[in-house]
Amino acid sequence: MDDLIRQHILPGLKNDALDELGDSAKLDLGSGSLCFTTDSYVVKPLFFNGGDIGKLAVCGTVNDLAVAGSKPVALALSLIIEDGFEIELLDKILASIGETASLIGVDIVTGDTKTVEAGAADKIFINTAGIGIRPAGVDLGFEKIAIGDKILINGTIGDHGMTIISQRQEIKFQSQLKSDCASLADLISELLESTSDIKFIRDPTRGGLASTLNEIARSTALSVEIHENDIPIKPTVQAAADMLGFDVLAIANEGKFVAVVSPESADECLRICRNHPLGKETKIIGEIVDTRDVPLVEIETRIGGKRIVQMPYGRELPRIC
Amino acid sequence: MLDRINKAQHDINVACETLGRQINIMEVCGTHTVSIFRNGIRSILPKNLKLLSGPGCPVCVTDQGYIDAVLQLADRDDCIIATYGDMIRVPGKEGSLETKQAKANVKVVLSSEDALELAKDNSAQTVVFVAVGFETTAPATAVVVKEAANGAVDNFCILSGHKLVVPAMRALLSEKNDKINAFLCPGHVSAIIGYGAFAEIVEEFDRPCVVAGFEPVQIIEGLCEICRQLLADKAELKSMYSAVVTEKGNIAAQKIIDECFEPVDGYWRGVGKIPKSTLKLKDKYSQFDAFERFGISEEPSEEIKGCRCGEVLCGLIEPPECGLFGKSCTPLEPIGPCMVSSEGACAAWFKYGREK
Amino acid sequence: MCLAIPARIVELEQDVAVVDAMGNRYKAKTTLLPEAKLGDLVLVHAGFAISLVDEEEAKKTWQLIAEIDEFDDTQNKLSG
Repeated sequence: MDDLIRQHILPGLKNDALDELGDSAKLDLGSGSLCFTTDSYVVKPLFFNGGDIGKLAVCGTVNDLAVAGSKPVALALSLIIEDGFEIELLDKILASIGETASLIGVDIVTGDTKTVEAGAADKIFINTAGIGIRPAGVDLGFEKIAIGDKILINGTIGDHGMTIISQRQEIKFQSQLKSDCASLADLISELLESTSDIKFIRDPTRGGLASTLNEIARSTALSVEIHENDIPIKPTVQAAADMLGFDVLAIANEGKFVAVVSPESADECLRICRNHPLGKETKIIGEIVDTRDVPLVEIETRIGGKRIVQMPYGRELPRIC
Repeated sequence: MLDRINKAQHDINVACETLGRQINIMEVCGTHTVSIFRNGIRSILPKNLKLLSGPGCPVCVTDQGYIDAVLQLADRDDCIIATYGDMIRVPGKEGSLETKQAKANVKVVLSSEDALELAKDNSAQTVVFVAVGFETTAPATAVVVKEAANGAVDNFCILSGHKLVVPAMRALLSEKNDKINAFLCPGHVSAIIGYGAFAEIVEEFDRPCVVAGFEPVQIIEGLCEICRQLLADKAELKSMYSAVVTEKGNIAAQKIIDECFEPVDGYWRGVGKIPKSTLKLKDKYSQFDAFERFGISEEPSEEIKGCRCGEVLCGLIEPPECGLFGKSCTPLEPIGPCMVSSEGACAAWFKYGREK
Repeated sequence: MCLAIPARIVELEQDVAVVDAMGNRYKAKTTLLPEAKLGDLVLVHAGFAISLVDEEEAKKTWQLIAEIDEFDDTQNKLSG
């Protein structure tokens, strides 16, 4: 185990706090309110076009901090490794974790590694926990959302989920599908610095856009109306979803956020996002509307019809993230 | 495309207003049911035009006796069950294929060829292919039965639940169901059987039969054509899906169905016995017939108390009219088949149309 | 159940084809469509091509097919 840590885990994650190998990391956080999150990653397959479980584990947790309005400060990394898992693959994952964290500018300051007997885990499971500092003045939440607010998304939906599904062995097709796995910290930070009219941000991971919009409707008791014509979807993703009978609205994304903003600031938010590499295809997809009898998410279809977008239910796709 | 939709919508409105009475068009195919909902088509149709879902959902109309037979085979260690995903959740008397999946001898396949491959790769076990679907899917089954015969793949067999659309339409009308004014006919079944196959419905029952694809423009133009015919009081056979469908259909596919199968009387869940409506393997291929191989007979099962799937499948009621809908019968805990299948009228209604 | 999508035949050897649907490539058989040729747009259902698709006709009413030319152009620009 000591070898594993010193020769494989530490080298890629170099930083002062971690090198101490203490039981806890000590951090000086300054002022502002603290945001704290954790997530576990069990994605299958481990490596996919556009990323891997390591990159996902870093970006996923960083994004959870970012959508809360905070700047990521530090991550904890916990690995559970199945006995017999190839060391070369582990090295690849660790390198990916190190590289991703480095690019984002966040340190992995503490961690834990366990190995379990063959069969007790499926190759590798990763948990990351993260802390971030939310600057004073940043105030996001369901309670801020009001009728008339615009809803925007920073690009195409369904990319991550369809990539994972297409690379599962049973499906057997080659594709240009690519996961959108990426850190949104930078882009969200820019948005929040430019305007205080951002009411709410969330990343539509499991359950996709449909899930996030329904959560908004449920928690605000207001309704949501979106326009099919304005929802960006790559033709490759749509065709793959059509082939397998999936609804793109309910498919996971790992490099997208949904933002609810005041109508006056919508155009400015659009401009800021489109100027950023991760937001070139940002679109305003709908708005918050008054509720008739029950809070609903409705979509105006391409042909001008209307129908409900339900909270995704039923057997969720396993191990998408 | 929006222009075409607007025009068709306008023409539908004018026709329905002129007709004045309630118009009921049955869309036979489950894929049409879903597309109509997904595109919000009902919301742009006039009030007196109603779309009825029909029995065109192969999972919905598969009798419980068939499911129970599959589940029994799944319990055997010497069998591997290969099935399309749609059938996984259909409940039998004791669980479903999904609950049996933990046993690892239930495999979801995307093609009948995958099922045959499974047989070739697992010579110690018998692969039973759950062959459900209408004429769109039957040729794919026939191809692999022939391949199995030619390649002497003895550990492969099929449990045929393939059903035919035209006999079902005929049966609905013969019940003196005068609620149905016209049919929107299934696009992909027609690609196989040809739109000419619906001529007998037009001639014998004087109902417009219009074949449409599954894109919203295609569906709306199909509905528009039906309204035009109803207004002219002249039932005709027409295809609005010329990009894919011809009058004679896919002859090679029809030939192979004919070579391997023969139509026999069959039980359609909720609808009852329909003459010459189910495909059974011909004697020549009986060794690949799982019913024969395992000595199974498909007994029609009793209906579940309170479940009105039968009436839904015949277009007599809409799902919300069933007392169980949305209460004890939901997609997560379905009671009847119309709620289990992703193309079932009840499931579609629940997902796209229901306000909580 | 009648899920069938249009795809172009990009490889064909006897009755085994590779088809491309907006960049997704997978195997399909042309056993039921002996007249299918390389380059044809076909309707694929459950792993089999079941019908030829008249591309010009389809473009008028089929959203994804209407986008085919634009998609192909983008592909060519990326690889060219």
